[in-house]
Amino acid sequence: MPRIRVEVDGSSYEDDVEPRLLLVHYLRDRLGKVGTPVGCDTTNCGACTVLMDGLSVKSCSVLAVQADGREVTTVEGLRAGHPMQRAFHEEHALQCGYCTPGMIMASIDLLRENADPSEDEIRDGLEGNLCRCTGYQNIVRAVRRAATEMRRPASEEVTS
Amino acid sequence: MIPASFDYVRPESVDEALEALTDAGEDAKIIAGGQSLMPLLRMRLAMPDTLIDLDRLDSLRDVRDDGDAIVIGALATHHRVLRDPLVRAHAPLLVRATAKVADPAVRHRGTFGGALAHADPASDLPAVAVALDAELLARSARGERRIPAADFFVDWMTSALEPDELLTGIRVPKPGEGWGVHYEKFHRTAQAWAIVGVACAVRRDDGRVGDARVALTNMGPVPVRCRAVEEALAGGAAIRDAAELAAEGTEPPSDLDGSAEYRTHLAAVLTARALAAAAAV
Ligand SMILES: Cc1cc2nc3c(=O)[nH]c(=O)nc-3n(C[C@H](O)[C@H](O)[C@H](O)COP(=O)(O)OP(=O)(O)OC[C@H]3O[C@@H](n4cnc5c(N)ncnc54)[C@H](O)[C@@H]3O)c2cc1C
Ligand code: FES
Ligand code: FES
Repeated sequence: MPRIRVEVDGSSYEDDVEPRLLLVHYLRDRLGKVGTPVGCDTTNCGACTVLMDGLSVKSCSVLAVQADGREVTTVEGLRAGHPMQRAFHEEHALQCGYCTPGMIMASIDLLRENADPSEDEIRDGLEGNLCRCTGYQNIVRAVRRAATEMRRPASEEVTS
Repeated sequence: MIPASFDYVRPESVDEALEALTDAGEDAKIIAGGQSLMPLLRMRLAMPDTLIDLDRLDSLRDVRDDGDAIVIGALATHHRVLRDPLVRAHAPLLVRATAKVADPAVRHRGTFGGALAHADPASDLPAVAVALDAELLARSARGERRIPAADFFVDWMTSALEPDELLTGIRVPKPGEGWGVHYEKFHRTAQAWAIVGVACAVRRDDGRVGDARVALTNMGPVPVRCRAVEEALAGGAAIRDAAELAAEGTEPPSDLDGSAEYRTHLAAVLTARALAAAAAV
């Protein structure tokens, strides 16, 4: 069995894994990071989205061996009260919450590339994340709100 | 679901990968970005004995200038293609089409080479490779060869690659002056595959479309080059009249997204739109 070394949410892990083990199952079943759910078999739903070396990936479609030597951030790795988490709460951007961890990670990835996305750009950026409850309206609002908040310190620095 | 068991090999160089391919024989499968293969493994539609992971072959991720062409490494991700300055300067059609492929997370992993090797008729990039007269660079322990895109797609999900061959790069000729391009993709929901797609590049001559290259996605088991449309335009036909010939010689599928008849209609409408958009540049 190949041995992998990964950094997940700031801690290092070294484990022997079967090559066929999916990254999402490694995170959930081996590391106990059950914040990342699985929603489909087809790489479509995005519920399992995490960041790998800073870029969003669907962790059901990456093998654990492929994460060897890389850095993974799951929704559990966000600091408590992260602006994106707060915005999802305040804008009522979830109902059952199944899609939420993936939505939050994909939204953070989106803001990394585009700090002030329009409504259309948010819908485009979250194209790979499906929500069966909310109808997306409040998700888009939450991302707009988080974007405003996350830009704030930088713009204050510029003006002061 | 979880994939069936397989042996895993992660070569550190192209030569090692070629050796692994030769050793493993026909029951091996290459994995690049895994964005087409992982769902197949999970649903056990693919059950290889050995998986050869190209992830460490960083030399195949680069894009380089090759005089009258650019060479895009087979492992360049869709994400990389969208941002690469050489691709943006010399292959804007590829940039437009890649932007319509899947979603950001899939584009972070999926590769240009993987999308071509997979040879899915609903994939957007094979038609682009055909419209651009790209050449695919294949390497095996036996040597290297260049395969014109028009010959690379052999049948439904079947490429011209031999089992021991690796796709290493895609050579895309630089267009001359005055070309406009467009990719018109018709689909019903976000992140969905094309019901029909049209890739085109045109050159304006005295306010008319002169040279044109047009290829269709999902109008048959392989991407289709629309010679009839190209010839009509070269002969001075108006865009709308030329576009009527788009479905000539195609064998469109009938499936849940639409009948063959509907696709035939779409091909003409979308070709007219794509040509008009490209010619306006
Ligand atoms: C939800 C979703 C939506 C998508 N939507 C679209 C879309 O709208 N349009 C579109 O065009 N595509 C779409 N795709 C497919 C996507 O573009 C894939 O990235 C691409 O098809 C495969 O690239 P890959 O690197 O992931 O290949 P892999 O999945 O790793 O491999 C695919 C196949 O190619 C072979 N292969 C890969 N690389 C090589 C190589 N260098 N040499 C020889 N053989 C090789 C593999 O053995 C395998 O058979 C979608 C995928 C998903 C999951
Ligand atoms: S579980 Fe649906 S995309 Fe990963
Ligand atoms: S909140 Fe239920 S799926 Fe999105």
